[in-house]
Amino acid sequence: MAKVLMKGNEAIGAAAMEAGCKYFFGYPITPQSELPEYMSRELPKAGGIFLQAESELAAINMVYGAAGSGVRVMTSSSSPGISLKQEGISYIAGAELPCLIVNIMRGGPGLGSIQPSQTDYFQATRGGGNGDYRLVVLAPANVQELVDLIIEGFDIADQYRNPVMILGDGMIGQMMEPVEFKAPKKRELPEKDWATTGTGGKRKPNIINSLYLQPEDLEEHNIRLQQKYNDIKKNEIKVESYNLEEADVVIAAYGTTSRIAKTAISQLEKEGYKVGLIRPITLWPYPYDEFEKINDNCKGILTVEMNSGQMLDDVKIAVKGKYPVYFHSRTGGMIPTPNEIIEKVKKIYGGEI
Amino acid sequence: MAVVFKKTKGLTDAQTHYCPGCTHGIVHRLVGEVLEELGVLDKAIGVAPVGCSVLAYKYFNCDMHEAAHGRAPAVATGIKRVRPDNFVFTYQGDGDLASIGTAEIVHAAHRGEKISTIFINNAIYGMTGGQMAPTTLVGQKATTAPNGRDEAHCGKPIKMSELLATIDGAKFVERVTVTTPANVRKAKKAIKECFKLQLEGKGFGIVEVLSTCPTNWGYTPQEALKWLEENMIPYYPLGNFRKPEEVE
Repeated sequence: MAKVLMKGNEAIGAAAMEAGCKYFFGYPITPQSELPEYMSRELPKAGGIFLQAESELAAINMVYGAAGSGVRVMTSSSSPGISLKQEGISYIAGAELPCLIVNIMRGGPGLGSIQPSQTDYFQATRGGGNGDYRLVVLAPANVQELVDLIIEGFDIADQYRNPVMILGDGMIGQMMEPVEFKAPKKRELPEKDWATTGTGGKRKPNIINSLYLQPEDLEEHNIRLQQKYNDIKKNEIKVESYNLEEADVVIAAYGTTSRIAKTAISQLEKEGYKVGLIRPITLWPYPYDEFEKINDNCKGILTVEMNSGQMLDDVKIAVKGKYPVYFHSRTGGMIPTPNEIIEKVKKIYGGEI
Repeated sequence: MAVVFKKTKGLTDAQTHYCPGCTHGIVHRLVGEVLEELGVLDKAIGVAPVGCSVLAYKYFNCDMHEAAHGRAPAVATGIKRVRPDNFVFTYQGDGDLASIGTAEIVHAAHRGEKISTIFINNAIYGMTGGQMAPTTLVGQKATTAPNGRDEAHCGKPIKMSELLATIDGAKFVERVTVTTPANVRKAKKAIKECFKLQLEGKGFGIVEVLSTCPTNWGYTPQEALKWLEENMIPYYPLGNFRKPEEVE
């Protein structure tokens, strides 16, 4: 298929439909409203359903019902709306249902702002809702990758019966870039024989549920969930890295900030500095092992984020104290500039910080 | 020998956890019988709430989906929208439907979702141990209203059937009870009519069932039935609030 120029939020919708998703339940919130608007136009033409719910709470619970009935289904929101969806996300994870949740992050806390941010990293990777569960969290850095991850995200969700979150910032949602829709690598996807479709008089009733009143049963359920999460850790980590063997300083960044970091790195290289990059594409499972590839003489790791230091914790876990870890950030909808990053790298080089 | 009564296929063989004298058992049976008699058990998908009937998914003999507290109408909406040929119902208590899930039930009705709701109103939070519900009567004692519900402090109990009957998308709204054999028969008739409405694709339907909670009210089962008739029915009048013919 030829490349087409698309805005991030609309490309999400097109990619989801390409993946066979015919159902969308959502609630308006800036900066992602182009997505529900796109779905309200396009899904009915494809025989699907777009429904604007009365709240984010209702929207995620509609997703819960639809996912339990065995269809590909999605919702999207932005930070405060994703907070409201945490109840349903926890139930969906507990009941082990596949679905896709898009968070186009904006500044916080509270009502915050409508400008780009990465402030929901903790919420996305550490749970957010109650209980011991994990989402697969995918962080695209450009619109093509966004499209690829949406399409593959539905497969990952179906393969593991687990909700998948696309964690983008307002910048990714709003920017226009050329995209092409490609089929993902072929996966063996299990039959959804657990879905509530009506027994048809041919089988025992199916029950979608996350309640286990006996502690022995709930512990067994939790152990099984952890085994599944371990399989995901083993099979699904995605990361891009650059020049880890030679770099004197390695930048760790994801999403929009990783693009700014790349600009800074090429400028620094022109000036003779050796700078590497680790760009996690899966934020959970996190590519901790990638940091093992960094050469022993590296002076330090610079984490760049649009929050007050959230992935920073994972970077520290990954380097196990082997290298000093530095941090640069802008928050509140402010975006770090390449020059800010360049200055910081030079200071690390010069031993000034 | 002629069989005059047998257990409905609409219920599983599981032993229920309900307290002695609780009317959930009767309502479960009626729902099961109606599902069986309408021939929809094979295509029924039920949504269980959070509350005393949280384990309803073990008792109804059809596909079941457990919802979060109050969200059953949203879950049912998701199911019905992707499986329009299935029969989808929710079974909810008064804490679930009339307090935490008010938005979900109002908007499901408002959209005219083609789902059916059984609403158990026993004027108290049963499963959590007798706290005040939005439906608790003025003066009625509860563990969080030790001196009885005070209207000046928390208002009068909410009348959900009357409220929902003002919504165009709600095509069938009826309040019944199960205190006597005659009332049980009337309740079953209402449930059947409500369920048929969905099968005919006419819109949202709800049957509110005034029910007892002997355990948390502190009465014997018989005293509880009497208390319901003397106190709840005067405030929550029985009867139909909306039928399809009135709407059209």
